[in-house]
Amino acid sequence: MAALTLVYFAWVREAIDLDEERIERPAPGATIADLIAALAARGGGYAEALGDPSRLRAALDQHFVALDEVIGDARELALFPPVTGG
Amino acid sequence: MRRIAIQTEDFDASAELAALEGLGGGGVASFTGIVRGEGGLAALELEHYPAMTLLQVERIVDDAMARWPLLGLSVIHRVGRLEPGARIVFVGAASRHRAAALESCAFLIDWLKSNAPFWKKEHFADGATRWVEARPEDEAKARGWTR
Repeated sequence: MAALTLVYFAWVREAIDLDEERIERPAPGATIADLIAALAARGGGYAEALGDPSRLRAALDQHFVALDEVIGDARELALFPPVTGG
Repeated sequence: MRRIAIQTEDFDASAELAALEGLGGGGVASFTGIVRGEGGLAALELEHYPAMTLLQVERIVDDAMARWPLLGLSVIHRVGRLEPGARIVFVGAASRHRAAALESCAFLIDWLKSNAPFWKKEHFADGATRWVEARPEDEAKARGWTR
C-alpha cells in the first residue's frame, strides 16, 4: 500500500523541523496514538514535539479525529496543537 | 449567498456588510476580530492547514445554514503576519429576523475558534515569540453549541 504522508503544524512543525514527510504505512490496526509513540521514540525534536500526546490533536485526510482512531488506508495524517483561530 | 475566503490580504468590512444588506432580509449581524496590541506584541503570525482550512470552514458554514434560516453568510479569515489593529476575521449573517442573524454569527465565531485549523504565533517587540495556547473556555463555548 502507498506510503503515509505526515504533515506538521505550529510548534510540532518547528520542533521536528519539517513541514511534512512520507513514511512507511504502519501495520493494519495501528492507531494514531501508536504512531505518535513510535515517532516520539526517534528522540530529538520528535520526542520534544510528540512526547506528550495530551498536547496533540490530529486530522486524518483533513477530518479532525481522536488519537485512538485507526489510521487504516488514510493518505494524510496531520499532527498539531489545539487550534487557535478566530 | 455563501461567501468564504481565506486570504493574506485585508478585507473591506463595510463592503461585506453592504453585500449582506442587499439580500432583502430584515437584519444583518457581524463580528470583526482585530489583533490586540497588548504586552509588547509586534505582530501575530497566523499559520493554517491549506488542504483542510477551506473544507472545514465550508462544513461550519453548512452547519450554520442548516440550523438557522439565513439569506447569506460570509466568513473571511486572514493568514500570515498581522500587526496590532489589523483585521483577522469577519463573520457576517443576513436573515429575515434578528435572532437567526445574531445567533448564527455567535455560533460561527465560537465554532471557528475551536474547529478550524489555524494557529497563532505571537511576535514581541523584544524578538521573543510564543505560540498562543487554546483556551479551555473557548472549547467549552464551541461545545455548548452542540447541545
